[in-house]
Amino acid sequence: MEFADHIGTPKLDGVILHSPFHEPVDGTLCVSGHHLILSSRKEDVEELWLLHQCIDSVEKRPNGTNSNNQNGGSLILKCKDLRILQLDIATTEEFLNVYASIERLSNLDNASNLYPFFFRPMYSILEDGHTLFKPELEFSKLLASDEWRITNVNKNYYVCPTYSSTIIVPKSIDDETIMAAANFRDGGRFPVLSYRHDNGAVLMRSSQPLLNNCNRRCRADEKILNQVLGMNKKGYIIDTRSNNLTSHCKAKGGGTEPEGHYTQWRRTHRGLDKIANCTGALLDCFQKFMDACNDTGCSPDKWVSRVERSNWLSHVQNALNAACLVAQCLDQEGASVLVHGSSGLDSTLLVTSIAQVILNPDCRTVRGLQALIEREWLQAGHPFQMRHGKFCYSNARNKNQQPTFLLFLDCVQQLHYQFPCSFEFTTQMLIILFEHSYASQFGTFLGNCDREREKLEVAKGTTSLWSYLNRPNILTSILNPLYEPNKTAIWPSVAPVSLNLWTEFYHRWIVDQSQYKKAMTKMHGLIENDKNVRSKVVKYRKQLADLQKEYDNFLDENDGSESG
Amino acid sequence: MEHIKTTKLENVRMLDRYSKTPLIGTLFLTTSHLIFVDPEDKKETWIAIMHIANLEKLPLTTTGSPLLIRCKNFLSVTFVIPRERDCHDIYLTLQLFSQPSNVEDLYCFTYKAIPANMSQSTGWDFYDLQSEYKRMGVPNDQWGLTNLNKDYELCDTYPRHLHVPLSATTTTLMGSSRFRSKGRLPVLSYLHHNKASISRCSQPLSGFSARCVEDEKMFNHVLKTNPNSSYMYVVDTRPKINAFANKAAGKGYENEAFYENIKFHFLGVENIHVMRNSLDKVIETCEQKNPTINSFLSGLESSGWLRHIKSILDTSWFIAQALEEGISVVVHCSDGWDRTAQVCSLASILLDPYYRTITGYQALIEKDWLAFGHKFSERCGHVQSDSKEVSPIFTQLLDATWQLMQQFPLTFQFNERFLLNLHDHVHSCQYGTFVGNCEKDRLDLRLSERTYSLWGKVARNINEFLNPLYSPEETTGLLTPNLVPQNIKFWRGMYCGFESGVHPREPIGDILLDTCDHTSSLEDHIKYLTKRISSVKALLLNADKRSIEKKPDNTNSTDNKFLYEKASLRELESADHDHPLKLGSEDNQGSDANEKVGEITKDLNSVALDWKAVRSVTECSCSKAFDQFTRKYHCRKCGDIFCMRCIDQQCELPGHMSRKPMPVCRPCYDNLQTVSFDGPE
Repeated sequence: MEFADHIGTPKLDGVILHSPFHEPVDGTLCVSGHHLILSSRKEDVEELWLLHQCIDSVEKRPNGTNSNNQNGGSLILKCKDLRILQLDIATTEEFLNVYASIERLSNLDNASNLYPFFFRPMYSILEDGHTLFKPELEFSKLLASDEWRITNVNKNYYVCPTYSSTIIVPKSIDDETIMAAANFRDGGRFPVLSYRHDNGAVLMRSSQPLLNNCNRRCRADEKILNQVLGMNKKGYIIDTRSNNLTSHCKAKGGGTEPEGHYTQWRRTHRGLDKIANCTGALLDCFQKFMDACNDTGCSPDKWVSRVERSNWLSHVQNALNAACLVAQCLDQEGASVLVHGSSGLDSTLLVTSIAQVILNPDCRTVRGLQALIEREWLQAGHPFQMRHGKFCYSNARNKNQQPTFLLFLDCVQQLHYQFPCSFEFTTQMLIILFEHSYASQFGTFLGNCDREREKLEVAKGTTSLWSYLNRPNILTSILNPLYEPNKTAIWPSVAPVSLNLWTEFYHRWIVDQSQYKKAMTKMHGLIENDKNVRSKVVKYRKQLADLQKEYDNFLDENDGSESG
Repeated sequence: MEHIKTTKLENVRMLDRYSKTPLIGTLFLTTSHLIFVDPEDKKETWIAIMHIANLEKLPLTTTGSPLLIRCKNFLSVTFVIPRERDCHDIYLTLQLFSQPSNVEDLYCFTYKAIPANMSQSTGWDFYDLQSEYKRMGVPNDQWGLTNLNKDYELCDTYPRHLHVPLSATTTTLMGSSRFRSKGRLPVLSYLHHNKASISRCSQPLSGFSARCVEDEKMFNHVLKTNPNSSYMYVVDTRPKINAFANKAAGKGYENEAFYENIKFHFLGVENIHVMRNSLDKVIETCEQKNPTINSFLSGLESSGWLRHIKSILDTSWFIAQALEEGISVVVHCSDGWDRTAQVCSLASILLDPYYRTITGYQALIEKDWLAFGHKFSERCGHVQSDSKEVSPIFTQLLDATWQLMQQFPLTFQFNERFLLNLHDHVHSCQYGTFVGNCEKDRLDLRLSERTYSLWGKVARNINEFLNPLYSPEETTGLLTPNLVPQNIKFWRGMYCGFESGVHPREPIGDILLDTCDHTSSLEDHIKYLTKRISSVKALLLNADKRSIEKKPDNTNSTDNKFLYEKASLRELESADHDHPLKLGSEDNQGSDANEKVGEITKDLNSVALDWKAVRSVTECSCSKAFDQFTRKYHCRKCGDIFCMRCIDQQCELPGHMSRKPMPVCRPCYDNLQTVSFDGPE
């Protein structure tokens, strides 16, 4: 495919760009295969480089009402990073040309044409992010024990197309059992290890069992679960769906574990239905929420009421609640937990990953968060390409699009807000993750699962986001000055008044964030200064002690020489 | 005490909203406080009786008779008292004490600070109205002092010292005063550096058609004080319909046709009754039994509280902008002591960086609230009065200030705790500062002789109230707030302050304050260290020289870098030829270096290098449990964490150069005291 086919007007002078917090810029617009570039050729004005992929919707507003007018018009670009831009173009022909190009280039559906395959970093890659978090490495400690092993049963992705090719399973479970269990689970997503807590309790995840409308049972599936549990121990199955939705799924061949067959397990339900179901409802919620955020002309009451009606914060609260329950079972009861919803691709991953941030201090480090996203989202087969195809501003959405990952990031932000000293990174890292998950020069979030990424040869053809983030100069910009490692679990308050509207992110193009940034810088300065003063004290104390010793020695010697 | 029948009740259960299981303990009743002590959880709950807003006896339960107490600082708690009779007794006593009928029975008249803490007079002389006006450059060519009110004859709710246009004659002033509700004529509240000013007054007694030449003249005089503008704004903070309704009662607003060169604006801040009801709904929302996000948000929405806060800020911003553009403003509402006080203060904060400091904010309260009259006794329900007169007007000032602090984290010298502390004490009546309704009341009550001032307490604890991020250079002039609805937030720290479970678990503000305290302790220590290092160096040089004298063949080893110190060493040399620095020598010049490594260690140990992380402690050494919201204090010597009561000692640390008294824990205090006693002797 030639990008040039899509580009009617590659270069255009006299385009005026309106962007948040900036004076309008008069410059030259270039439409390239992957970017929209606007340059004023002035030194003090930053150029706009916008990935077409980042454009969620483009709206045209021609000047004048006459359909034959030649006065051009304005293009409203609503971006997946929540920004809204406006381009004023003077002549109608070019106005329409640019519109058509953006419309087409921002909707390329073939992943191999996307920018990550064309982007070549200007720096050398110190460590390859694509291979940084292999399951063998991530679980090396567990594999060293004799309870778990690696299986290659899925090496051709036949058993489960959405899992990765290497999977950790209990040592005593053979591959036949796994294949049998996979047959019993939606999409072949048999129960796998998600996290092993310090106290030995194990967090598993899967998809719903396929009961085929007849309470079918599967001994292999039961065996895997009971194996994890050990004899006589009780575990919890946390179904992320409500009873209602579960029955609904049951009528369609799915369902949940019948208690009679899983006697060692106690089951509870959480109502994350909209997330588990993936019908586009969550994106609608977020659209309503962002519409409220973008309406700065209403009264505070109206604003509060629109936030309420969007239900976005309720979803955040429900997700946190479910994750807290899982974490409590693991940590306080020492019981193992199996989490699943329907397909095991959305609400399941959301809950298991937040539970780990609560329990596992490693997940609160930069590396650890990257590893968590690799394990629980990428390797676990969260379909990023499908879910992130369109975002809240688009009118051309389908029901496969859903901001589950954003909900996860918001929940991490909530934890960060309540425990600002327990995270190695700042919330800026979460924003970066969000942006790159929707549009990026890096290949990390391409495709829907490992199988697809392998087919696309993502590891060979693209740069990993982790390789970029872990470069020292980038890394320092996302380190949290307040960080003091906290080994304990962090239990958040989920009371409504405790939830924080993530303004640094949702309002960043609406309300100027410069004061907030200055406060962060100042905070950074105070803490740096304290550290410097401390090390100075250490140095001076040592110097003083050395000098004093020297002097004492001298006195002793002199004493000795005089008396002797 | 004769009114108190019961002073101690055992087996009382305390329920607060979030704890599922009640605490069981003993309830003590004193004249000033209700104290609940739970021996098992080591928790103490102190409730100032003056803070009690209302009491409610709930239906009898199997465990006893529940008494719901709601406080003015938004603490809400239920005690279940085993015997119904006791409950009734306590109920009656609390009712009597929480709202005395006579001002003279307020707590401030009996409160005595621990003698060592501070003297009674501290703080009363911190502010005086005339010096605040002097700071603004008044008197000057346009504005001057009038003595018409020296006996409060012109207006008894105004201060004695009134600043008015110099050109206004006595007749004009008196005429204008007569034409204004409660005699509150237009007087200067704030003068901007560009000569634009805020004047304040009450509504005119205009009715449907009345006019007053003197009042019209008065406005003209105010206009003329500002040569840079041909017109000025008259801001009526009320919604138009309210102002119009007042006409029927012979009051109302200025007719633009009668007053030359004014531009009249209604700005729509609601009255005290609307504000009271709004806050009641906020409290209701915070008290929801099982709140969901939706029920909480819709409760908040229907309260209208955020809308009211925004209307106050919008009005203040309107005034501030006008002044910045060089246009004077006259502000009034009905009586000119509620909404007017709010918006004059907030506009001043937006205009003048001084009011964003602790001193400035207090001066502002002294001027706009205490001097110009605000009915604290009624609005805060200090004494028995019409419950319809209660209204959270001052709370709204604090809330609006907090909103600005959220938008400008570097701009205010004070922190959230400062505002909360103000709010507490506006209601507690522990200090005389907010007792009475105007300057005249306070003089009559002789408060400055009989009670303590809150400003004295603030000054003593100033470190608690500092914003570690304060950078005055960031915003030197007009503060431009962004008042979009998204920026008006619910102040959890105020309205849910006592629900310790709902706040962030690691409070950044406190952690940064600790960091700053830690830094300054260590910086002081560095000064000490550098001094010690140079004195030991000097001794070594001296010693070097002496050994050179002994071994003349070693001349080459003289180190040039020590040479400049020679001069000062002469004296040392001559002091003692034999052994100038031997232990036990009384020689003063040498005393600094008299000690060997052991002694130095003592000095070094007096300053903690690292402080314990706040997160790691759950209770004080006195076994008082900490929750997230209690301030934790670090001992400067051992770095351990204590509650306020266990760190009441201050002493000099040998490792500090400045020898400033520092907060230390009791064991360290004892330790330091013994050291210093057996040290030099």
